[in-house]
This record gives sequence, C-alpha cells and structure tokens, in this order.
Amino acid sequence: MSTFDEMTLGGQARSPYQDYKGWFDAQDVDWLKEKSSDAEKVFRRTGITFAVYGDAEAAERLIPFDIVPRILSGKEWRRLVQGIEQRVRALNAFLYDIYHRQEIVKAGRIPRELIAGNRAFVPEMIGVRPPGGVYTHIIGVDIVRTAEDEFYVLEDNARTPSGVSYMLENRETMMQLFPELFGRIKVLPVENYPQLLRESLAKVKPTGCAGGPTIAVLTPGIFNSAYFEHAFLADQMGVELVEGQDLRVVDGRVAMRTTQGYKTIDVLYRRVDDDFLDPLTFSPDSILGVPGIMDVYRAGNVAIANAPGTGIADDKAIYSYMPEIVEFYTGRKAILNNVPTWRCSEPDSLAYVLEHLEELVVKEVHGSGGYGMLVGPAASRREREAFAEKLRARPSNYIAQPTLSLSSCPVFTEKGLAPRHVDLRPFVLVSDRIHIVPGGLTRVALKEGSLVVNSSQGAAPRTHGCSMTEGKRPCC
Amino acid sequence: MLLGRAANGLYWMNRYIERAENMARLVDTGHRLALTQTGTATDEWMSVMTSAGVRQAFDARNRPYDAAAVVDFLLRDPDNPSSVMTCMETARINGRLVRTSLTREVWESVNEAWMALRRILGQKVDERELPWVLDAIKRETALIRGAFHGTMLRNEIFDFAKLGTLMERADSTARILDVKYWVLLPSVSWVGSTFDTHQWQTILRSVSAQRSFRWSYEGEYTPANVADYIILNRRMPRSLAYCHSGICDALGFLAEEYGTRHTSHQMAQNMLTKLRSATIADIFEEGLHEFLTEFLRSNAALADQIAVDYRFY
Repeated sequence: MSTFDEMTLGGQARSPYQDYKGWFDAQDVDWLKEKSSDAEKVFRRTGITFAVYGDAEAAERLIPFDIVPRILSGKEWRRLVQGIEQRVRALNAFLYDIYHRQEIVKAGRIPRELIAGNRAFVPEMIGVRPPGGVYTHIIGVDIVRTAEDEFYVLEDNARTPSGVSYMLENRETMMQLFPELFGRIKVLPVENYPQLLRESLAKVKPTGCAGGPTIAVLTPGIFNSAYFEHAFLADQMGVELVEGQDLRVVDGRVAMRTTQGYKTIDVLYRRVDDDFLDPLTFSPDSILGVPGIMDVYRAGNVAIANAPGTGIADDKAIYSYMPEIVEFYTGRKAILNNVPTWRCSEPDSLAYVLEHLEELVVKEVHGSGGYGMLVGPAASRREREAFAEKLRARPSNYIAQPTLSLSSCPVFTEKGLAPRHVDLRPFVLVSDRIHIVPGGLTRVALKEGSLVVNSSQGAAPRTHGCSMTEGKRPCC
Repeated sequence: MLLGRAANGLYWMNRYIERAENMARLVDTGHRLALTQTGTATDEWMSVMTSAGVRQAFDARNRPYDAAAVVDFLLRDPDNPSSVMTCMETARINGRLVRTSLTREVWESVNEAWMALRRILGQKVDERELPWVLDAIKRETALIRGAFHGTMLRNEIFDFAKLGTLMERADSTARILDVKYWVLLPSVSWVGSTFDTHQWQTILRSVSAQRSFRWSYEGEYTPANVADYIILNRRMPRSLAYCHSGICDALGFLAEEYGTRHTSHQMAQNMLTKLRSATIADIFEEGLHEFLTEFLRSNAALADQIAVDYRFY
C-alpha cells in the first residue's frame, strides 16, 4: 500500500502545489531555516503555547509549526464542505432526536443500551430544547485522506474542539514570514473566523433576550492546556473571558462579577467539560463550573455552546453508526466515508480483532486525545499481548479500526523536505446556517512513519509532540 | 465593563512588577554599602531584608547575612514570595489571567521579561555579574512600563493597573524609610559632627533619588530635606505624596467612569489631604516612626478596601 502524498505524484508536483513547489525550489535553504527559527521565536514571545498535563518540566510547550503549507484545491475543498455540512446537520438532528422522541432507537437503527448506558448521555437534557434548536455549535471534524478521492472522517469532535486559534495564528505567521507566497497562490481568507463565531453565538441567544446578547467564553483557567486559545478567541471576539469563580446565578440568570456588580450573560461559549459545568447537577466537587447553571439553561434563560450532552454524538461507540445516522436524518448516503469499525462488544468482532491485532488500531470507546490506544502495527508483541488482556476483560470498552494509510505532506526538516503523515481538522460553526471557514488545522505525526497525530499527546512516550503545518489553504 | 477578577489580576500584575524592580534597587543599595563600608555590612543586609519585608523568612533559613546568601534570597529564591524571580512569575501568571485586557505590546513585554529573567536568574549570580544583572532587571521592568504607558487605553484597565503600581511603591518607599528612620532623627550625637552620609545615600539610592535630590535641594543634605523629599515632595515619583496623588487620580477616574464613589475614595482622600497639608516639622513632631507606621497601616487598609469596593474576589 503506497502512501498518497499531498505534494507530489509520480515525481511531479500535484496541481494544488505547483506554484508552491516552484517557489520553494527557488529558495535558499539556509534562509528558510532562518525563517523557520524566526517563527519559533514569534510563537514563544507571544506565548502561543499549550500545556501538557502531568509534565512539570514542560508545563508550557510550544506548538511546533511547520513552514510548508497544506494546500487543497477549490474542488477538493468544495467536496469536503458538502460532506461536512451533511454530517453536521445529521449530528444536530441526532442530538435533538436522542433527547426527545428517540425515533432512531425506535426504528431499530441504534441499540437502546448504547444511549441509555452511555456516560456521555445527559438525562438532564431530555426534553430540553436549546436556544435556536442548536446542540453542537462548534465542531472540529477530523478528516484523513488515503488517496486522491478518498477522504475519511476519523472523529466528529462535537463537544469542545480546540485548535482553531492555531489555524489563525499559523496563517498570520505564514503571511508575516512569506508575504510574497500569498501573491503567487490565491488563498481564501480565514481571518474572519472570530467574527463568524461571534455572529453564530449571537444568533442562538435565548428567546427572552432583547437586543444584542452579552457573550462570554468560559475557561477552566490558565492551567488548562488550551488556555491560550480561550483567551485568544475571547479577545478576537471582543467578549469577556470568564472562569467559574466569576459566575453565579442571580435572579434566575447567569451573571458575572464585574467591578460594578453582577452583569447578566446571555450566551456562554464554554470550554469546560459537561462533568464540571454545574456542581449541583454533575460532578459535585467541581469548582470550574457554575452552581445552578443547568436550571437556568433548562428554563431557557442562557444559551450554552456547545449544549450539555453533545458528547453522545461524537462518542466512539456511536461513531460506528454514523453512516446509519446520516442516512436516517438526511435521507441520503453519507458523502464522507466512515472508517470501517469493529465494535468489540459484539462477540464476532471481538474474535476478529483479537486475531488481527497486529494490523488494527484499537481505541477506548470513551477515550480521547490518543491516550489508551493501541497502534497494532507499531506495537511490540508484548504490548499487543498486554492489550489483548485488557480487551478480553472489558470488550465493550473498545472499538477497532484498520490502520489507514494516511496521506503524507512534506515538512521542513534539518535535512530538507521529508514526508510525514497528516490529518485535517476544519472548523464548523452552526447557528441558523452552517459556516465552514475555508481552512483548518493540519496535524502532523512528528515521528517519521508514526500514525498518531493528536496534539494533546505531546507527553506520550513514543510520539514526542506533533507539528502542524499552516492551516490548509484551498486555492480557487 | 471589567471583571472583578480581571481588575484584581491587573492590580497584582503591576504590584509584582513594581516589587521586582524595588527588590533590584534594594539589592543595589545594599551591595553598594557593603562595598563602601567596613565592618557593618551585616547590619546593612539586615536592614535591606527588613525593608524588603522578608526578614523573618530569611532568618528561618539560618543563613549568614552575607552578600551571597542575601542576594540569592532576594533575586532568585523560589520560596521567597518577594524574590525578583517569584515576583516575575506571579506577575506573568496574573498577566496571562488578564491577557485579553492587555495590548499585545504589554503582554509580550511581560512575557519577554519573564523569559529573560528566567534565563539570567536560572543560576546563582556571580558577584562580578551583579551590577549587570540588576540593570537587566530594571531594564525589563522599564520596558514593561514603557509598553504600558505607550499603548494602553486610558480606561478602567489602566486605572486598576496604576493603582497596583502606586500602592506597591508607596508601601515600599515607606518601609525603606521606616527601617532607616533613626538616621534622620535629630540627635545630639551628630549635631555639628560628621553625619553619616552613607546612610543618607542609602535611603536616596533605594528610591533612585540620589541625583534628583541634589537638583531639588541644591545639595543641602539635612534630615528635614531628605525626609521632605521622600515623603512630601509632589514631583518625586517615588514619594508618598506623589504616589497618593496618583492613587486619588486613578480612583477619581473610576468614580467618574462608573458614576459611583466608594469608601475607598474617602480613605484615599484623607490620606492625601494629610500628606499635602503636613510639613516635615509636623511629622518630626508626631514622630517619624509613628507617622510611617500609621501610613503603612492606612495604606494596607486602603488596599483591602479597594479590593472590596471593586469586587476583586
């Protein structure tokens, strides 16, 4: 199985990269190295970092940045957009259904126990209609490519996807480093994302809110891995960045403590997980959330983006049913492929997975961020055997997928260009319409040959950090 | 509209930046005295520690009052909450908290100061390097101040930041003076004899005023002049009167912007009135130490009241 390369095909630059390759080949390598190190300095100075949990030495780490852009053609992009829109509509329809009549369960398309027994299912959301009818307002769809026309959705991040700030900062950095490049290649702009985000959030304000809503971003605080992004987005949207300790329920509304007393918030873009959102409803020892916010939410007096309970839609156990889900709610076949998935809860599948461990990727159903997974082909015999034990002990905790031959894109290294496997995360905004800014975050497996590209895995032993090329840039 | 927590973060970011700078200045003064005097270096380092407000913490270490130990404690000790490095760490944490309230220039100057000082103070400071290191600290804080004054909108954010700087500075100046107040007391032992100019220099140097003093008082070194300069002079940027004038201005702008006056406004006004109407003769009459003790108490009470009035917590 040969790897599809984004830049070159049969020794020739693929069409989206033709102009770029011409430019690149004409550059002096030392100059490029200098530019590459300039970029790192800029990132360090501006504090564009992410935190790695449990690693005191590297409490704040830089996001590695690669100067070689990921470029998609307009045609490629338009096709992705169609597929993503379809999927996002289905996700929101699915969430509405799951928290109301559960038609999809009644129709026998999804087993009941997958919903009822799921940790990501939030019973407090049953019968609640979120403002504007939107459940998942901000989505980051992880997409991989295996061939010219083969795109797969790896994950629908429908809870609190992060990374959009890196897309924006990377683009900004690219424009500073290589302004002449943007004259050569016509790239669609992504800079208006914060404005679009603000407009999207404003559109889903509570019905009782007259005039312009007060919007705030809720962060767990400066020690959270994505704090930079929370501050960045609040800043770019021109809204307040709040923590749980700033908020309180006052007269049935959510309010923030200002220097002039409490002021009502209408729309809360929360970057705090469901579990921590309301200590009265969820995890009682949480100090990151707001006691009583769920009551305010259920009464329709605050909009929360994304809505509590959206995790049921991007749960890995649900993922395997996505083709059915898309078809059930949109009446059409899914445009984007799902990765074939074995549910280990099913005895036949489990047997198959155990038999083929060395060629499969096995993931925890509720895990995220690349932790607790086995990459069969890269694992040692002993690691596979240890994992098989865990699998047999709790089969329903796992799903397995074939190792896809992810496409590669060259990155700039000491020795010049070198191919690395990549994925792609475009960002989707949902209000009364769907916006997908023409860009995304391309994550790169830093280690040659590695297939793990998740950014929160910086501290994991075998894939040391990951790198991102500049946000993908469709040419039109 | 500003979050109470953000006002608190702005206030403390600036207090800590000011404190870092004051620590560098204190070390500079102590070091200068240790070089120029014989036999009393220990006493000087002790009074430096008292001025810095970390005497007890240092004594708990059972370390000698020598240059190496004191300098290390004041510049680098991670367990000393007022060491330059800890101050910069805390200032930066507060800066990250209020990042959305700062201009890019201000945030980057804070972040770069932290990066630079972490590198410079990453290992023990060799005495030969000390002057250069102290300059570097003062330069970094000066850059932050420059970015702040050059780029920040004059709004409530600016006012809370200014309050932090001036409250810290007033506190620091009063403590420096209090530790040395006996030098300025009229006493039979020195009348007509050699007054210890080193001690005077110490005080003036600790507040970066050794040159400007000469401009203002034509080089007339009397206890009354030195005390007057540091307590009552309205143009000396580290004097108590100057600091409190700025504090009243900042609180006044806040009252105007919010349309509300609080208890803290009255407290600040009372303090300023006292500083403006008093003469240095009155203060010596009341007792310099008593005056300074009362000032430090009022200053701390004002800080608490500001936090309450503007819902810092």
